[in-house]
Amino acid sequence: MKVAVIQFPGSNCDTDCQAALLSFPGVQAEIVWHKETSLAGYDAVVLPGGFSYGDYLRCGSIARFSPIMGAVRGAADAGVLVIGICNGFQILCEAGLLPGTLLRNNGLLFRCEHLHLRVENTESPFTSVLHKGQVLDIPIAHGEGNYFAEPETLKQLEANGQILVRYCDASGKVTPEANPNGSLGNIAGVCSHGRNVFGLMPHPERVCDPLLGGTDGRGIFQSMIEAVQKTKAKA
Amino acid sequence: MSNPAITPELIAKHGLSPEEYEKVLSILGREPSFEELGVFSVMWSEHCSYKNSRPELRKFPTTGPSVLVKAGEENAGVIDIGDGWAVAFKIESHNHPSAVEPFQGAATGVGGIIRDIFTMGARPVFLMDSLRFGSIEGNSEQARTNRRLFAGVVAGIAHYGNCIGLPTVAGEVYFDESYSGNPLVNAFCLGILRHEQIARGAAEGVGNPVFYVGAETGRDGLAGAAFASRELTEESKADRPAVQVGDPFREKLLLEACLELLATDAVAGIQDMGAAGLTCSTCETASRGGTGVEIDIQLVPQRAKGQTPYEVLLSESQERMLVIVKKGQEDVVKRIFEKWDLPYAEIGTVTDDGMMRVRNGKDVVVEIPARALADDGPLYFREAAPFTPPAQLDLSSVPQADPTTVLPKLLSHPSIASKRWVWRQYDHMVRTGTAVLPGSDAAVFIVREANKILAAATDCNAVYCKLDPTVGARIAVAECARNLACSGAVPLGVTDNLNFGNPHKPENFYQLRAAVEGISEGCRAFNVPVTGGNVSLYNESPAGAIDPTPTISMVGRIDDAAHITTQAFKEAGDQIFLIGETGSELGASHYLLAIHGRKEGAPPALDFEKEKATHAALLGAIRKGLVRSAHDCSEGGLAVTLAESCFGNSLGAAIDLGATDQRPDVVLFNETQGRIVISVKASDVAALEKELAASGVPFRKIGEVTAKADLSIKMGENAYAWKVASLNETFEGAIPKLMES
Repeated sequence: MKVAVIQFPGSNCDTDCQAALLSFPGVQAEIVWHKETSLAGYDAVVLPGGFSYGDYLRCGSIARFSPIMGAVRGAADAGVLVIGICNGFQILCEAGLLPGTLLRNNGLLFRCEHLHLRVENTESPFTSVLHKGQVLDIPIAHGEGNYFAEPETLKQLEANGQILVRYCDASGKVTPEANPNGSLGNIAGVCSHGRNVFGLMPHPERVCDPLLGGTDGRGIFQSMIEAVQKTKAKA
Repeated sequence: MSNPAITPELIAKHGLSPEEYEKVLSILGREPSFEELGVFSVMWSEHCSYKNSRPELRKFPTTGPSVLVKAGEENAGVIDIGDGWAVAFKIESHNHPSAVEPFQGAATGVGGIIRDIFTMGARPVFLMDSLRFGSIEGNSEQARTNRRLFAGVVAGIAHYGNCIGLPTVAGEVYFDESYSGNPLVNAFCLGILRHEQIARGAAEGVGNPVFYVGAETGRDGLAGAAFASRELTEESKADRPAVQVGDPFREKLLLEACLELLATDAVAGIQDMGAAGLTCSTCETASRGGTGVEIDIQLVPQRAKGQTPYEVLLSESQERMLVIVKKGQEDVVKRIFEKWDLPYAEIGTVTDDGMMRVRNGKDVVVEIPARALADDGPLYFREAAPFTPPAQLDLSSVPQADPTTVLPKLLSHPSIASKRWVWRQYDHMVRTGTAVLPGSDAAVFIVREANKILAAATDCNAVYCKLDPTVGARIAVAECARNLACSGAVPLGVTDNLNFGNPHKPENFYQLRAAVEGISEGCRAFNVPVTGGNVSLYNESPAGAIDPTPTISMVGRIDDAAHITTQAFKEAGDQIFLIGETGSELGASHYLLAIHGRKEGAPPALDFEKEKATHAALLGAIRKGLVRSAHDCSEGGLAVTLAESCFGNSLGAAIDLGATDQRPDVVLFNETQGRIVISVKASDVAALEKELAASGVPFRKIGEVTAKADLSIKMGENAYAWKVASLNETFEGAIPKLMES
C-alpha cells in the first residue's frame, strides 16, 4: 500500500505521520510537495497537521488553493481514502470536501493534551477494526478545533452516521466537561457522505508507539490499510 | 535625507562612553559616519560584546572529549552523542522586549534561539523555557500587570513554537516580587545533526558571493541590542519599536530552506541575523573568516520604502540569514529559495582587505576593520562589592506552622503549583518524540532519526542565589544533574543564561562573578562542559535589580528506553525509599518565604561528592530495573515531593518517618539538597537495599504506595493526613484560578 503525505509549506506533522505509517508492515509512505499536481498511484492520502500557510487568517483557507488540492479532490471523488488530521481536517472543511468548519476554541487558548474519544460508527474504512463505543486515548493540539455546522447539516451527519468520533470522558460518556473546545455535539471527527474522506482534530499518529504514551491511534491507520487491501483484492 | 552631525550628545545617545568613542576614533583614524556610529553602538553593547561579563565567562570549563564546537566559537556549542550524531543547544534571553511587549517579545525570543540552532546545520527538535514574573496573586495593579505579562509571554511562546512545529517539552516558571516590571524570558532550543553537517559562520573564500535570504528588512527592532543593554525605566514603553515582530511561518520556511541548502555543497558560511541584524552578521562572518565583506544596502530586500542605510543596517527584523555561497553555485540558492517562496538576494562579496564595507549604491557609508569591530571592543573589569555570607537562620525565630494546612498552601503557591495551564498551551508532542510529558523532573525525548534518547532540565532557585550567589549557582547545576538522574540520564553538557542587574553596581557585579564561580565548580564536579549561553544584564526596574538568576539548562543521554523513569508512583504495594539525609536547616526555603513571608537565612549546603555518589547510586539502581519512580526534593521539601509523586496515577502513600527530635515543619518542608524519593516493587526491596548499601549513600525505607489515595505521614507522636484528590485539586487549580480571576 502506498500512501501520500501532503507537505504544505507550514506542515509540521508530515514526518510524524510518515513515521507512524511506516511502522505498519507493507506500507510505503511518501512526502508529496504541495506544488505537485498528481496523486496517481497512491492508495491513500494524508493531509497532516501544522500551520499550512501560517494560518494567520483562517486555518486552511489558503491551503485549499494549493496546486495539489486539485489532485486531492480528484482522488476523493474517485473513492481514494483521504484523511485530514488537525490542520488537514481544517483544510478539508475549507475545500468543501467535508461539511462544517472549525472555529476558535471556546476557551480561546491553544490546547495540547491527551483526552478520550468514543468511536461512534465502525462502518467506515477509518474505524472498521475498532468497535462501537470503544474509548480511545488520543491527544489533541490545536487552537481552532471547535467544530461547527448548520443544524440541518448536523442532522444529516447524524442520520448518515458520518460522525465517527466524539470527545468523551474516560468511561465513554459524552459530557460537556469532556469537550475541550466547544465542538457541537462533542464532535471530534466526521467523514464524507461517501465514507472515504475523514477529518479529525486529534492526532492518531502521536499514539502509535508504546514509548510515546500509547498505541490507541493505530486502529485508525490499521482500518485504512485493511480497507485498501480489500479494495485491491476485489480488483 | 541628510545624516545628523556627530556630536557628544549623539554619541551619548548611542550608549558609547567618551573612552569608547576615543577607541572608535583610533580604530578608524577619523570621525565615524552616522552609520558607523550606529554600528559601533550595537556591536559594543553588552548584548553583542559581553564587555562587562567576558572576563568572568572565561572561567567556565568549556572543553571535553565530547565537545565538537566550543562555547563562543559559533552561534551554539555542539556536543557528540555517539554514532556520528551530535546535538547543538543553547539558551538565550528576551527579557527586555518581553517586558514592554510580552507576546512578540517572547515569540521572537523563541524564533531567535531556533535560528541559532539551525545556523549550526542542526535540525531543531525541541524547546524549553525558563520564565520569571512578579507575583500574580491579588488585585493590585502590579499583580494585574504581572498576570498580563505572564499570559502574553506564554501565548507568544505558544504562537511561535506551535506554528513552527517544535515541541516545548519542559521548563520552569517562578513568581517573585523582584521580577515585577522586569520579567525574565529565557528560551532554549536543541537540535540534532551529523558530525559532518556542522556549519560555520565564517566568510570564507575571497570572491564568494554574499547572499541575504529570508524575510525583508523593515523598521522593527531598530537597535534592539542597545535597548537590551539599558535598565528598564518608565520611558521604556517608548522603546516598543525596538521590539521585533515574529513570523513563525516565515521561520519555518527559512528553517527548511536553510537545512536543504546546507545539505548541498553550496555553502561556505552561514550566519543568522539576530541582535544587531545585518551589521553583526557581516562583521562577525568576516572576522571569523579572517576576510572582509562588502555589501550594498540597495540590494537588500526591504519591506518599507525610504529606509535609510542606518535603519537597514540596525534593523532587527526577524527570520533573516546571511549565507556565503561558493562561487558558481548561486543557482542552488536560487532553486531552493524559490521552491520555499522566500526572498533572496546577492548583496555583496567576500573580500581580502579585512574590512566590513557597506555601500549605498555608489557611496561607501561604512568602512570598518571587521576584526577590530568584532573582537577588539571594550572590556571592563568591574568592581565587585565585598560579600558577607548570610547567617544561619535562627530557628527559634520561626513559629511552627501546622503542616496539615501548610502543605496545601505550598502546593497552591504559583511557583510550586502545577504549570499545566502553561504547557497545555504549548504543543509538547509534535515531532513524536516526547516520551515523558512536561511536569516530571526532566523532559525525555526520543530523537527518531538518530535513535537516541535525550533528557533535558532547566533549573535555578533565585532565592538561594539572592542570599548566596555561589551556593545558589552550585545548587542550580546540581539540581539539573539530579533531575536528569531521576529520569535515568547522564549529563552531557550545560548552557547557561546569566540574568543579573546593572553590572556597574558592585553588589550586582559580585552576584555575577559569584554565580559564574558556582556554575564553574558545579560543571567541573559533574564533568560537563558549558557549551555556550547568554548574558542578560541591566535587569532592573525602578524598584531595583532582580534577584540574580543564573538559569542552568542541562542536556543528558539515556542509554536504553527501559531506563526512562518518571516521578509518579506506579502501583499500590510498592515500597518508598528516601535517598539522602534530612538536615535541620530552614533558611532560604519556600516554606519560610511562602508561609512566613521571609526571604532570609543561608541556602542549604551542597556537597558535590555526596551529590555525585547519590546520582550514581540512583542510576545504578535504575539500570538494574529496580526503580519504578524517582523524584527529587526541591522547593517545598519532602512533603511536596511525596504529594507530587502521588498525583500522576492518583495513588496514596503511607509514610512513617519515625520519632525525631526535629520540628515537624523542618522535617517536612526544609530543602536539604541531594535527596531523592524513589519507589520500588516489594519483591525488589532486597536487591535495591543491596545496591544502595554498596554505593555507600545514606538511604532508608519510609513507607509504601497505597491504593487508597491518601497521603499520610507519621513522625513519632505526630501524624498528618491529606486526601490526594484534594491536594491535587489545589495543585492543579491554583494558576488557572488566578488567571481566570
